[in-house]
Amino acid sequence: MTDRFNLPARLLHWTMATMILAMLLIGAAMVTSLADYHALVALHRPLGALILLLAVLRLANRWRHPPPPLPADLPAWQRIAAHGSHVALYGLMLALPLVGWGMLSAARYPIVLAGPVVLPPILPQSPMLAASLRHVHTGLAYALVAVFLAHLGAALMHALIRQDGVFASMAPWRSRR
Amino acid sequence: MTLLNDLTGAPPGMTGRSLLLRLSTLGAVVAGTAGGFAYAGGWLSPGLLTPARIVDRFEAVNGPHPGFRRNHAKGLCVAGRFAANGAGARLSKAALFAPGQVTPVLGRVALAGGQPYAADAETTVRSLALLFRQSDGEEWRTGMNNIPVFPVRTPEAFAAQLLAAKPDPATGKPDPARMAAFFADHPESARAAALIKARIVTGGFADSTFWSLNAFRFVAANGSVRPVRWAFVPERMATAETPARAGQADRNALFDTFAAQVRQNPQRWHLVVTLGRVEDPTADATQPWPPDREGVDVGTLSLTEVTPEAPHTCRDINFDPLVLPDGIAPSDDPLLSARSAAYAQSFTRRAGEAKAPSAVTGAPNPGAAL
Ligand code: HEM
Ligand code: HEM
Ligand code: HEM
Repeated sequence: MTDRFNLPARLLHWTMATMILAMLLIGAAMVTSLADYHALVALHRPLGALILLLAVLRLANRWRHPPPPLPADLPAWQRIAAHGSHVALYGLMLALPLVGWGMLSAARYPIVLAGPVVLPPILPQSPMLAASLRHVHTGLAYALVAVFLAHLGAALMHALIRQDGVFASMAPWRSRR
Repeated sequence: MTLLNDLTGAPPGMTGRSLLLRLSTLGAVVAGTAGGFAYAGGWLSPGLLTPARIVDRFEAVNGPHPGFRRNHAKGLCVAGRFAANGAGARLSKAALFAPGQVTPVLGRVALAGGQPYAADAETTVRSLALLFRQSDGEEWRTGMNNIPVFPVRTPEAFAAQLLAAKPDPATGKPDPARMAAFFADHPESARAAALIKARIVTGGFADSTFWSLNAFRFVAANGSVRPVRWAFVPERMATAETPARAGQADRNALFDTFAAQVRQNPQRWHLVVTLGRVEDPTADATQPWPPDREGVDVGTLSLTEVTPEAPHTCRDINFDPLVLPDGIAPSDDPLLSARSAAYAQSFTRRAGEAKAPSAVTGAPNPGAAL
């Protein structure tokens, strides 16, 4: 069967979709909350690190098991948009955690994941760099929200309107058709 | 509706009605998701007290001082070590309490307030912030003040007090009517203010006791958890005479005196951990714990170096009180998470700004006889 993403790809897509959406909400909520800030940041760091790890596994799986082709009748601009948005989604799911890790390194925070588990710094201490990366982290997160909304719209377009098997190729269940 | 079918790529069999319904569903899901993000990001709650709004308030009250901390702006870097005596090991599994463990420490002594160039005054709250670097990469950061209780119980009260205590441009002092209104709304703050006013103000940084004020929890290796507060208690005998009061012309007399003392001899404090009982308030920093609570001396802090704020020194550190090693955990005190959030906001702002030199140089002061 080559009309579907393989099982690891589908599993990774849906677990990571849940995790990444949770991360966007946690991130947006924590920077406006005084009461829950600490609990949310303490969750944000390990979840973000896990996303980075899974994203690498996912790209490795994609390289070994290329995705199914898009429907032949899909207009060229949609083909380009689909390709471009997937590149953007992969890029952002790698860049956001790396920037998060980098900004905490440059700010010289210990990057605590859980209990005594601490990530090593990946950048030298630099307050200016820390502040810039902090703004980049916000910018990339907003970009991810935008690309995700487009992605969601496109997925629903395929599922509800075009009914062309693109949604089924990623659906966690087997399609009845 | 075949034009719409063509445009959207819907199968020719789909009726116009069904297609419109599906398009509206799609639009509603996307718009609802976008709304969810806006809600989580606080865009739909403009009145919410956020970390950014607290820090905005510091800036409004103190004026702009780019590059400096928005509170405790005037300070001096210190360094030294903490030698554990082993008594803390049964209370907390944090590596720094293990018997014989010596942990490098860097820190900062400072005066409360957002004015980096204010003259030292004896009653200004003094602070000691410390960063303990364990060899396993974990850190303990703590910021403490030389007052026995904190003036407010919640971050909302903190923000209200900032505004009430803002100096009136006409008199240079807080408007007494506004302070009275604040205390009427916050009786716990009125009680705390009385305790703070009654404290003995010692001669300088070196003979000050610095209190954690907030409660934390110590987690031991056997899993037992207990509420604690702690204090760094000076070895130096307290003197009443402050260099600031002695009428010296030096606007940085407290810092300069301290710098000279450290250069002469390491200055030492004992870390005394107070063990709370279940009935002791952990979520109210305005209330002292009963004086009979057991205090355990867990080791000695020696400060051996002072350096003015400069790149890569204490200046570039956020002494976030919730950077804790495994073995020390937050309590339910609402100030803790709020401090962590506000300090991160203050840090990000100042980190990205050009830095001006601190008023405090810590240079030997030839005028002062020590
Ligand atoms: C897919 C991964 C990630 C996503 C989607 C994400 C998303 C976000 C969002 C939306 C914000 C709020 C930005 C704002 O409104 O200003 C944020 C802030 C933050 N993120 Fe992430 N993030 C990710 C990974 C990470 C990682 C791996 C770390 C650290 C190891 C991290 C550390 C932080 C910190 C420290 C803040 C800001 C806290 C503050 O300024 O007070 N993030 N993130
Ligand atoms: C929750 C709503 C989501 C739905 C309904 C959805 C649906 C889909 C569908 C149907 C595909 C297959 C498209 C194709 O073959 O061209 C797909 C692919 C993809 N999705 Fe999602 N997705 C969702 C969330 C996310 C999120 C949050 C992310 C990550 C940030 C994401 C990242 C991707 C990527 C990178 C691909 C391309 C896979 C590849 O070509 O290797 N998706 N999604
Ligand atoms: C919600 C209540 C509080 C708020 C909003 C607040 C706000 C701040 C801010 C914005 C800074 C500057 C941080 C930086 O840029 O690095 C600061 C520093 C400091 N605060 Fe607080 N604070 C609060 C409660 C407390 C409490 C309860 C204590 C006492 C133990 C305390 C002790 C300190 C100390 C010692 C510093 C200076 C740390 C240093 O030298 O870097 N604060 N505070």
